[in-house]
Amino acid sequence: MLKTNKTKKPSRLRKINDNILYILCLIGIIIAFLSLFALLAGAFRDGLPWLSFDLLTNFPSRFPEEAGLKAALFGSLWVIGLTALISFPIGIASALYLEEYAPANWFTSFIQLNIANLAGVPSIVYGILGLALFVRAVSLGRSVLSGALTMTLLILPVIIIASREAIRSIPKAHREGAYALGASQWQVTQKVVLSEAIPGILTGTILALSRAIGETAPMIAIAALVYVRFIPTSPLDRFTVLPIQIYNWMGLPQSEFRGLAAAGIMVLLAVLLAMNSIAIYIRNRYQKRAK
Amino acid sequence: MKEWIIEKALFISAIISIFTTIAILTVLLLEAIGFFSEISIWEFFTGTVWTPLFEPPRYGILPLVWGTILVTLIALIVAIPFGLGSAIYLSEYAPEKLRKTVKPILEILAGIPTVVYGYFALTIITPLLQNIFPDMIIFNALSAGLVMGIMIIPMVSSLSEDAMIAVPQSFRRGAYALGARKFEVILKVVIPSALSGIIASFILAISRAIGETMIVSIAAGSTPNLTLNPLESIQTMTGYITQISLGDASYGSLEYTTIFSVGLTLFLMVLVVNLIGHYISKRYWKRY
Repeated sequence: MLKTNKTKKPSRLRKINDNILYILCLIGIIIAFLSLFALLAGAFRDGLPWLSFDLLTNFPSRFPEEAGLKAALFGSLWVIGLTALISFPIGIASALYLEEYAPANWFTSFIQLNIANLAGVPSIVYGILGLALFVRAVSLGRSVLSGALTMTLLILPVIIIASREAIRSIPKAHREGAYALGASQWQVTQKVVLSEAIPGILTGTILALSRAIGETAPMIAIAALVYVRFIPTSPLDRFTVLPIQIYNWMGLPQSEFRGLAAAGIMVLLAVLLAMNSIAIYIRNRYQKRAK
Repeated sequence: MKEWIIEKALFISAIISIFTTIAILTVLLLEAIGFFSEISIWEFFTGTVWTPLFEPPRYGILPLVWGTILVTLIALIVAIPFGLGSAIYLSEYAPEKLRKTVKPILEILAGIPTVVYGYFALTIITPLLQNIFPDMIIFNALSAGLVMGIMIIPMVSSLSEDAMIAVPQSFRRGAYALGARKFEVILKVVIPSALSGIIASFILAISRAIGETMIVSIAAGSTPNLTLNPLESIQTMTGYITQISLGDASYGSLEYTTIFSVGLTLFLMVLVVNLIGHYISKRYWKRY
């Protein structure tokens, strides 16, 4: 690979070149990290003065001092709860089928290619799919259920990919041991594969759900920008979610609402951090047990 | 009997993904056909003015497509050098311990919701840029593109680093044995060997940037604009879809169908980029 004429460069120059690349890369990673942390620091600086208990218990309002996240917080919980209920079983079932049951033929590889492609579709496209399919065609309206179904389609590829990895990591010998004892395929899948893979599947699902909580664009397409002053009481109620409320505040002219948006960002990030911590906790606990 | 039912149930779950793809295509095509029955495809793809909400309405998508391309280019100018630099540092220079701490942090940063990045663009980057370019208006392509680039850095860095780490140690040792210095090993052995993975990460970055919605909706403005000047206000395809979605566009109106014709264009653009990425990583994939 090395051309001989290059290695004949004076060694001092080569030493300088050596340092230049190192310094460039170091500067690269430092700037990358600094800008990402500046982002978080900026939101905290603006949001801290507005962070209060009232923020969580007040409904949105025209007056910044009285405005709160209550409707958005409960809306997010509703959507994510329903999404989890729908996407978790479908995701596991798809992963189990692809890993344990699917024959090695063109149709199976077509399903796999399809899932990989779906993971690359922009989230706003899922938003307008949900708008035309769930909101209009199935007539669910701009409801929590429409939002949850749309989110399910959006995160299913992620859940399936993560679950398949968890299932694939189980040694073949475990399955064969159960078969040798006379277990049927479903018994093996259920009692051996699923029970061993479930921590990995849970971790993947929680991470996918935490992505769903932050998704803004598809939820705007489903819920639109509305003034919600109530908590949804059924899956067919209208709703708003945290990121929409943050976006809404960001667009208002009074500067106080910028502060509220930043405080909303802090709440959103806190929810995400909590979910990530749970996922990491499950993963660690599982790893300890395996030792 | 029970086994058979279970297998069928699992199978049905697995093909939901196929129905999702069919649903996306059907919805986009059906609504877009409604749109194209009133507006000619020729006008849509070659028109240079996009003013569906004004009188007289004009439906040329080029300004929106250009807005998307402009912001994507700015994002890549930021994300590729910084992402690749970080990846080289982590894979080739950083001590193992540092790498193991930095990598998960990068992955968490990659999971920050884009609405947060939008806030960053509007409240920090835009005022900063206004100090440099005093005539710049609040909503502009540059600010959105820069922040989108920052958002994509963790992804480029993480994936490129995976590709470089996968290059076997023996390749590096062979080059060192020939008297190569570290920068020569990196530039002439590691990067060429990891090139397919690195390029795949760039292509994924392009596809992310094309589909990214919130940063441009918040910071880039809502003026479809066929301009080369990044200091001007522009609109992307995703930004337009959001703008119409925010208002409760009445069902079946031409305004409502525009989001599907724009969505179809967006979907096809991302699909082409993803297929190129798929092709490159398959064609040049080397397993060491």
